[in-house]
Amino acid sequence: MPTDNRHRYIAEVVVTLKPVVNDPQGLVVTQALHALGYPEVGATRVGKFISLDLEGAEESQVRARVEEMCRRLLRNEVIEDYRFQLRREEP
Amino acid sequence: MPVRFGIAVFPGTWSERDCSHAVSLAGGESTFLWHADRDLKGSDCVVLPGGFAHGDYLRAGAIARFAPLMDAVAEHARAGGLVLGICNGFQILCEAGLLPGALLRNRGLQFLCQPTWLRVETVSTRFLAGLEVGNTLEIPISHGEGRYYADPATLAQLEAESRVALRYSGPTGELADQYNPNGSLHQIAGILNEQRNVLGMMPHPERACEALLGSSDGLALFSGVVRSLVAAGR
Amino acid sequence: MTQAVPEAPTQAELREIALTRAEYESASAQLGRALNPLELGMLGAMWSEHCSYKTSKPLLRQLRSTGARVVLGPGENAGVVDLGDDLLCCFKIESHNHPSAIEPVQGAATGVGGILRDVFAMGARPVALLDAIRFGDLDQSLQRHRFARVVEGIGFYGNCIGVPTVGGETYFDSAYSDNCLVNAMCVGLAERSQLVRAVASGPGNPVMLVGADTGRDGIHGATFASVQLDESADERRPAVQVGNPYLEKCLLEACLELCGHPALVGLQDCGAAGLTSSCAEMAHRGGVGIEIDVARVSRRELGMSPYQVMLSESQERMVLVVESGQEDAVRQIFDRWDLHSDIIGRVISEPELRILDGPVRVATLPLGILVDGFAERRPPSRRPIDLDSRLAADPLSSPAPWSLEESWLRLLSSPNCGETRWIFRQYDHQVGDDTVRGPGGDAAVLRIKGRSDGLAMTVDGAHRSAALDPRQGTALAVAEAVRNLAVVGAEPLALTNCLNFGDPDQPEVMWQMEEAVGGLAEAALAFGIPVVSGNVSLYNDFQGTGIPPTPMVGLVGQVPAVAVSTGLGFRAAGDQIYLIGPAGVELAGSEYQRLAQGAVMGTPPHLDVAAELVAAAAIRDLVRGSVLSSAHDCSLGGLAVTLAESCIAGGLGAVVDFPLAIPSQAPTGWAWGVLFGETSGRYLVSVAPDLIDLLAAVCQGHGVPVMKLGVVGGSSISIGGLAEIALEAATRASAGGLAGFMERG
Repeated sequence: MPTDNRHRYIAEVVVTLKPVVNDPQGLVVTQALHALGYPEVGATRVGKFISLDLEGAEESQVRARVEEMCRRLLRNEVIEDYRFQLRREEP
Repeated sequence: MPVRFGIAVFPGTWSERDCSHAVSLAGGESTFLWHADRDLKGSDCVVLPGGFAHGDYLRAGAIARFAPLMDAVAEHARAGGLVLGICNGFQILCEAGLLPGALLRNRGLQFLCQPTWLRVETVSTRFLAGLEVGNTLEIPISHGEGRYYADPATLAQLEAESRVALRYSGPTGELADQYNPNGSLHQIAGILNEQRNVLGMMPHPERACEALLGSSDGLALFSGVVRSLVAAGR
Repeated sequence: MTQAVPEAPTQAELREIALTRAEYESASAQLGRALNPLELGMLGAMWSEHCSYKTSKPLLRQLRSTGARVVLGPGENAGVVDLGDDLLCCFKIESHNHPSAIEPVQGAATGVGGILRDVFAMGARPVALLDAIRFGDLDQSLQRHRFARVVEGIGFYGNCIGVPTVGGETYFDSAYSDNCLVNAMCVGLAERSQLVRAVASGPGNPVMLVGADTGRDGIHGATFASVQLDESADERRPAVQVGNPYLEKCLLEACLELCGHPALVGLQDCGAAGLTSSCAEMAHRGGVGIEIDVARVSRRELGMSPYQVMLSESQERMVLVVESGQEDAVRQIFDRWDLHSDIIGRVISEPELRILDGPVRVATLPLGILVDGFAERRPPSRRPIDLDSRLAADPLSSPAPWSLEESWLRLLSSPNCGETRWIFRQYDHQVGDDTVRGPGGDAAVLRIKGRSDGLAMTVDGAHRSAALDPRQGTALAVAEAVRNLAVVGAEPLALTNCLNFGDPDQPEVMWQMEEAVGGLAEAALAFGIPVVSGNVSLYNDFQGTGIPPTPMVGLVGQVPAVAVSTGLGFRAAGDQIYLIGPAGVELAGSEYQRLAQGAVMGTPPHLDVAAELVAAAAIRDLVRGSVLSSAHDCSLGGLAVTLAESCIAGGLGAVVDFPLAIPSQAPTGWAWGVLFGETSGRYLVSVAPDLIDLLAAVCQGHGVPVMKLGVVGGSSISIGGLAEIALEAATRASAGGLAGFMERG
């Protein structure tokens, strides 16, 4: 594959517990924020942020690969949801 | 020939020697199975022991499930071979899809190492063959992520098929929230797969095999396997 | 000539590495030239108090490290004693106070990681961890928060790596509000043939760096631990390392596989002052030199200078010297555990540390200067001027703010006396399957698989007595450790110590050090216990306020038969309760005094080593002979608290009577002094009625005073004529103390 077709991409994946799954960490954070004087905070969900630095050609292909990584490893479908943003890094 | 236990070792596993000791107390023999191999070395029962395989980074068991050894374990399970997942081993079995559900951070957010009482919920599995439904076992837990979770349909199916093997209880089998150390749904401490040859449990039976160390109730699981396999002529 | 002639450093540059102008001049005079910045950084780290012990070394020479069972004393990664049949026990305690003050989770975690490496660097498998912790009062949310985070950090590392945390000691006192103490102790076992020394030898042999990549973390950590904390400490956060217990677990297994392999020459933990210190020390011990090429060190970050590589304190790294030609065999072991193993240099015959950056030589320092060239310090010391008046005060004459019952319950609910389950349930104390007695008792007991004997271990720190009389307070801590071992039937083998003090440039702190080390040396000698390893932590001082002198004593002993041991809880109603040891009426330095009087005053408890020795021998005989139903060291909180602890642990009440006549001129606080005084040398035991004669005979045989106190049973704890509390209330107070604070958030 000619190298000039390859680009650098950053995928920023956010993994959170599904809404139906109890999140004790989120509850503690909500309580702490309330105690600090932020009563406006409602539900808090604590998740994981995963930044992937990758190389690829077509954005659609890269997107499909990241989708697969999320499904196979980065999230556990029993308990977690995921979403990600993909952006091309200009050299 | 003695009953052979293959004890899996992933980088970060730490109760492989404890399990090996428990197996010898139960009259079995054991061998270690390296995660990067596919060879089960003729094991009758595979034990996935406790620890922090791959540091439990990302999620407990998430990376270990991709080990070459796990392919062989899945095949062994499909063919009816016995698999016992303890603590981290239970987490790996869930991640690998050999058992349903997942194990979440304890509801109190703290790692907990303490004795627990477990009520035996079914004995139609080789692991609990020597016991009776309603028996209680004193076996310690030691985990930060042991809160069993599954969606309502899965839970209903587990209950309907009597696949909940062990539940956290009081010393005489009473079920109450105070005896649930981590917030597991349905007080689940251990479950079976459909064929009842794969058991995953958060408590550590290998730590409860000698009165000297506080309890010998866990030995029943290892000797249950030995006795029932010997009786079945394997 | 590859090195440019450097200029003398500025004052600011010297301050950065905590070196005085005089020290710099001494170094350049010994070297016969100026030092370049890299050499200066390496020298500064090696001559820091943390690495050189330049202030404490002259005092530590008093400690006797030899004994029939001692295999290796101080000077190696850990001390080693012989357990018989070619099994050795390695152990050490070390402080991680400064890092824990900055970042409690990671500071405590990496403290555990560091002490584990010290033990497996000897070829020993770590089998137990213990911790000694000091924090300020838990009624302050900042203290609760930091303490919770330290517990989390200890658990995070120990639980993940799979070494049980079997014991420890926590003590809360406002004197530690600004300077918490986190001391971690590790005990390991090694077959004699597996024992490895941290010694380089054989010029031409390759030097390898294994484990984690090297990053910029922890640069100047050794220097940081050698200065006072101030408000700018927050800005030094980058000095804190993040622990990776998973990586260390792999490193541990790989290193243990290598120990006993003929390819291994020497193994050393890469700790304070990083590669500089580990290479310099290994080479110096072997009378050789080491040449390092920093370009060959695997790095986690781009653009690191030789200075940063040589002074990085990145965790989870070990330095090893292997036989030339055996590199591949060694590498295979590390590859299997997915660990880096870089050949970064070689052993040379010239006794110097030589640093290359690729083809360019960037530093050359003779080891005689780097390791031994510093001048020992003996700053002036002064006995506190108000000490005599404080010692002369009579705490028994102060009116008590509370009734005896209320005092009793307040003591039980003090986090210092009550139940500590909230802490130890967060630690895996069972992994390894050897924990016969875990945390929450007087001493931990571990069996050794395949043998009938076992290990007993405890860590005990000086409490408030040391603030009055550091010599006596330190000796009392040794005595308490001996008693804690005795009640599980164990005889001391050797001790390790962690000496925590404030700023030694304050004359009163220097006096505390002199006294405390003297007290440790005298007590260890009198008890016949060799001191095989230790650590000193100075500058536990925040804006001029330092900690009270706080020596911690880690004591390891041997139990002849682990199957025979006794717990501290009462076992059966009807058992008779006895006090073995002297009666006493005093309050100086006690926990009661802390709660009720605040100030520390009066003369601390007397220590009679001869009496302690015979009492310990009697208790050991009684425990080993299964004469006792329970045995408990009587210390913090005095007799009343000790009695309540035995009741609570056993779920049984007690009715006792102290056969002490109240003198006609009794001071106001007399009864408080009887119940809560912390007279040394005492044990509270219970015994089945049919074994009373045996108890009496054994005590008489040893010439030990024994006093019948009462009987086990009932639903209250009653001390005849003085005070009575319900067992249920006592249990609630004890369980709610520490946990009550911590669950408050």
